[in-house]
Amino acid sequence: MLPVVPSIVLLLLFLLAPVLWSFYASFTDASLSGRGAKDPQWTGLDNYMRMLGDSSFPLSAGLTLVFVVASAILGQNLLGLVIALLMTRARRPVSSVVGIAVVASWVLPEIVAAFAAYAWFSKDGTLNQLLGSVGAGGTNWLYSFPLMAIVLANTWRGTAFSMLVYRAALAEVPQDISEAALVDGARSWQRLLFVTVPLIRSSIATNLMLITLQTLAVFTLIWVMTAGGPANSSTTLPVLAYQEAFKFGDIGYGTAIASVLILIGVVFGAAYVWLLREKRP
Amino acid sequence: MTLLRRTARPPATGPTAARSARRRARLPADIALAVIGACFALPLLWLVLAAADPQAGFQTRWPQAPSFANFQAVLTPELLFQPLANSFLLSAGTAGVNLVAAVLAAYPLSRYQSRFSKPFMYSVLFGTSLPVTAIMVPVYGLFVQLHLLDSMLATIFFMATTTLPMAIWMTKNFMDAVPVELEEAAWMDGASALVALRTIVLPLMRQGLGVVFIFVFIQAWGNFFVPFILLLTTAKQPAAVSIFSFFGQHGAIAYGQLAAFSILYSVPVLVLYVVVARGHGSSFALSGAMKG
Repeated sequence: MLPVVPSIVLLLLFLLAPVLWSFYASFTDASLSGRGAKDPQWTGLDNYMRMLGDSSFPLSAGLTLVFVVASAILGQNLLGLVIALLMTRARRPVSSVVGIAVVASWVLPEIVAAFAAYAWFSKDGTLNQLLGSVGAGGTNWLYSFPLMAIVLANTWRGTAFSMLVYRAALAEVPQDISEAALVDGARSWQRLLFVTVPLIRSSIATNLMLITLQTLAVFTLIWVMTAGGPANSSTTLPVLAYQEAFKFGDIGYGTAIASVLILIGVVFGAAYVWLLREKRP
Repeated sequence: MTLLRRTARPPATGPTAARSARRRARLPADIALAVIGACFALPLLWLVLAAADPQAGFQTRWPQAPSFANFQAVLTPELLFQPLANSFLLSAGTAGVNLVAAVLAAYPLSRYQSRFSKPFMYSVLFGTSLPVTAIMVPVYGLFVQLHLLDSMLATIFFMATTTLPMAIWMTKNFMDAVPVELEEAAWMDGASALVALRTIVLPLMRQGLGVVFIFVFIQAWGNFFVPFILLLTTAKQPAAVSIFSFFGQHGAIAYGQLAAFSILYSVPVLVLYVVVARGHGSSFALSGAMKG
């Protein structure tokens, strides 16, 4: 077991230690500068009480929930499934070309994808240009509908993952079952709902778990597109933790928010491991 | 199926009916897919067109005087080469650390039954689910305490740790595919486990190791948040971070140059992705997480 030591050291030092330190620091008034930087004091539950009283935390938690549900669970997941299903029917060249287009935005570095999304939604951007060409008036999407813009951008960026998962899952669905249902006269939505979906349900569950965790952690996309603004209206929890810790220098409060995020991750992570364990005897 | 039969149309003869129904569904599927594909491709079209357009804005338009002027403008040591070299150093270092640690960890996990193996693998899997953005505030605190801020090496080790769980799972899966009988002969001849690993197992799983390396490399190359927090000196920052200051600080954004820079920065990962996807049917990224 000796060869495992380097991995264990790395994981303990750079993953477990920060998590434990986060929980510890969230009970202190640690800060980037001033007295709290040299000699942080134990302040008990102060940071957590402040979190509940501070209007920006509940707002941010709500925005995170909407962001994850709308862009991961509905957007990426459903769109990924729809694309994968369409691919089983469409002509091969069409599905290959579209597959490349979908995967491209996923493979690009996150910051480049974020710039492209910013350009798309900005006031002088392509979306308004397209709307203008059909006679519709545009608006400054990033100011008027910041959450909607980042939801769409994250769906655009992340759907490839779900698409790949569902393509692999659908490829393993035996053709004859679906065909038998077809011969029996099942309509396509019936075949989808009663035959295909039950057969790929473990892929659906695993996929939902992974994309939820990925979306929960999204920072760069939001930071580039709106920086959490205007007036906190697109500040999800990672952005809020970053702002409190680094912009306002309040490490204690920032780690308290981070600790909440880590706890959410722990719950989903435990569910994920449990789910994979279920699958094997 | 009896339940479904109630809504049945009069069925034609078996498989032919299925085939013709599928053919009928083909055109609508083609059209729907093409529309979705266009929505995905359009935002990227801007990137390509703006890079070739010295007068680019945020609108997508055909360049009136297409040229390489934007590329020439960013092809300078400070703007492009230094950040790209930093990106390369960070990514290759991260992938290298990952490969060594993952191979060492995967070998006993793959070859020996131990009551620690399963709990270890599941804890590692669990580690993949921690949201990295949540860990950044505490990691920053830790780096301040240990005086590791602005250290390229420490950043490499941290980035390697965040991708290590996935790398261990992928490496173990690839290693499991190498039959253990091949090493037994070497053990008979008195070779130690590590010698057998180096001379027999690793050469046989070269392709798999390449996949792990490239996978981690791509992730590190695209990582913005970690170096953004942990590296302070401009001279050490990778392209992901330098491109951001390029975007933020130059009051009026040079759109075309930004697009040109983005393309030059993206090309290496696109090439690496194609290399891996060709060999592994593009499901490579899932082999660590989904198959478990």
